[in-house]
Amino acid sequence: MKWKTIEKRNFSALVEELAKENEVIGPLKEKNTVTSVRITSENEVCLDFWNTKKPPKEVFFPQTETLFTYRTSKNDAEIIESPAIRKKMVLVGVRPCDSRSLVLLDKFLSSGEHKDVYYLEKRKNATIVGLACNHPLSTCFCTSLGGSPSGKEGMDLLLQDINDKYLIQTVTEKGEKLLEKISWLKDAKKADIEKGKKLSSDAEAAVRSKVSLSDVSEKLDKMFDDPFWDQICQKCLGCGVCTFLCPTCCCFDVLEEGEERVRIWDSCQFLCFALQGSGHNPRPSGKERMRQRIMHKFNYFVKNYGKSFCVGCGRCVQECPVNLDIRDVVKTISARKVE
Amino acid sequence: MENFEDSIREVAEKLLRDKKVDLIIGYEQGTLPLRTTPCFVEKLEDVKKLVWNASCDANLSKYVVGKKEKVGVVAKGCDARLIAVCAVENQIPRENVVVIGVPCQGVIDRKKIEAKLEGKEVLEAVVKDEQIKVEGEGFEVVLPKKDFLCDSCHTCRHRNPPIYDVLIGEKLPQSTDKNEFAEVSSLESKSTEERWEHFKEELSTCIRCYACRNVCPLCYCKMCFVDQSMPTWFGKTNDLSDTMIYHIVRAFHVAGRCVDCGACTRACPMAINLRELVKKTEKIMKERYNYEAGLGLEEVPPLGEFKMEDSQEFIK
Ligand code: SF4
Ligand code: SF4
Ligand code: SF4
Ligand code: SF4
Ligand code: SF4
Repeated sequence: MKWKTIEKRNFSALVEELAKENEVIGPLKEKNTVTSVRITSENEVCLDFWNTKKPPKEVFFPQTETLFTYRTSKNDAEIIESPAIRKKMVLVGVRPCDSRSLVLLDKFLSSGEHKDVYYLEKRKNATIVGLACNHPLSTCFCTSLGGSPSGKEGMDLLLQDINDKYLIQTVTEKGEKLLEKISWLKDAKKADIEKGKKLSSDAEAAVRSKVSLSDVSEKLDKMFDDPFWDQICQKCLGCGVCTFLCPTCCCFDVLEEGEERVRIWDSCQFLCFALQGSGHNPRPSGKERMRQRIMHKFNYFVKNYGKSFCVGCGRCVQECPVNLDIRDVVKTISARKVE
Repeated sequence: MENFEDSIREVAEKLLRDKKVDLIIGYEQGTLPLRTTPCFVEKLEDVKKLVWNASCDANLSKYVVGKKEKVGVVAKGCDARLIAVCAVENQIPRENVVVIGVPCQGVIDRKKIEAKLEGKEVLEAVVKDEQIKVEGEGFEVVLPKKDFLCDSCHTCRHRNPPIYDVLIGEKLPQSTDKNEFAEVSSLESKSTEERWEHFKEELSTCIRCYACRNVCPLCYCKMCFVDQSMPTWFGKTNDLSDTMIYHIVRAFHVAGRCVDCGACTRACPMAINLRELVKKTEKIMKERYNYEAGLGLEEVPPLGEFKMEDSQEFIK
């Protein structure tokens, strides 16, 4: 592990350096939110934010993506594959929860017989430069999910704001290689590293929102027909806010756009999500749809991959139009007596 | 306001006890500062959960549409107007609903507070006597409530519910000297190209989560045009042209029915100003048909009927 530092005022120079061989994607202030976008020279990365409105998943799993194009003639059809994206990318300023979400997505989208090549191709070419959180929000509950405000899971490098400079920590060989090319970075002093450690432990303690998940998956096993779902879904609008903004939700729909086969984000909370061609809908009401979301995150995924499919980023908590708080849902499940 | 809360609880309790309704829909404390959340009360002991404050912003009429049981619903001016619109459109059997009307002093727009605090998180907020005291890590500020109300509330001219069965408190004076179409006028003064650019920019961040549609009581179609796939009417991608069609058609569908409750704008996670688009349709309805939606149970929305005296200058 190597430690470097960079003066804040030199950060744009680092971005410029990275941009020579990579496409740099980083947080940018747009209108009144911060979103991760492709950085061009005239706009500067903004590292002074809580978290980006949208998670980084869209870099690898865009909301609309052409899978392939085709030409049809009378008796024939020709398929034209979309060119694979080979360009190297560097994602700057990824929060620890979001970086963890990529690790979960990697597992999910690469397991089994059918791998999501569209996601994996882009993912392979990406280097993740994380940013530790010194000031977690009241809605952050990453520590309950196995994460931490200075967690390194999924990162190649980790940045930490230590007032006038950023402390840079190498996490993987890939990250180390990236740094090697930038000769002018200073080695971190012992005091810088100590300061970083102190900030990390303070931040860890500042995550006050806690959710106990110990028995949730087990309880859910017995709750498929629980009347709880009827209550919990009452106020849900069935919109796409909680799933579209979730760093781990990755369901999609496939459709035809002219002679293109495209996929678009879809949400288990939508009425048409499970609607079949026959007109039958196995998840006809909000109850079944809410159950699916909670089950997938806290039961099915736990069974298949040993972890919850939530990283505690708190986006759904903040943005749900009716304040349906997933932490409350989990707490209620936890408190429920089941046979 | 505290009296309002007590009165709401009293009324709710009586309605449930007398079996006038099976369910009360109101507000309860939310999990975040300045937030409440819809509350569904069936049992007498849950009545105490009900609250009333300046963060009761959800449009509860949404939950009345399609309900089979008898419901009592807490309704601000705009909520009650939407119950009226839905009743006229045969989506809510009027006799099934007990409207607990609340004269409304406006709801707080927490996005405005967030913007004012420039990145500082609100950890606690107390609203008292026209002031909002917000606290967070190392700061405390007092903000005048009137500057942080939703845009719709700023210019609202129907703060008293036009239809109700029980009224909480006293009616408020109605007038407002603010020009409710100010935003529209500034849009109208732009050239077509400028307007196009404006909407392009505004809608470019839309993620098509449909919160704006799903939160609106008027969007009660069993299958929305954007969801239909046999045949597919419009593109579902987030390409700007597809997104725009969604928004333009939605604005058309609520024309003459929308009461500017502001719920769609508040629901949008991407802070898109949906109000200016629907407000324009409201203005057109007012100018052409001298019509305002949801003020009574008799009048049918102009686009739902034909009158000989309708303006028809487009027929040449
Ligand atoms: S964001 Fe809230 S209202 Fe929308 S689907 Fe999720 S839980 Fe339901
Ligand atoms: S479920 Fe909510 S808190 Fe968990 S990762 Fe998704 S958006 Fe974040
Ligand atoms: S959830 Fe944890 S990692 Fe994510 S932004 Fe909050 S403190 Fe940082
Ligand atoms: S709520 Fe906002 S982001 Fe969602 S569809 Fe409506 S305008 Fe788009
Ligand atoms: S369109 Fe928006 S402002 Fe109009 S009634 Fe629907 S939610 Fe309210």
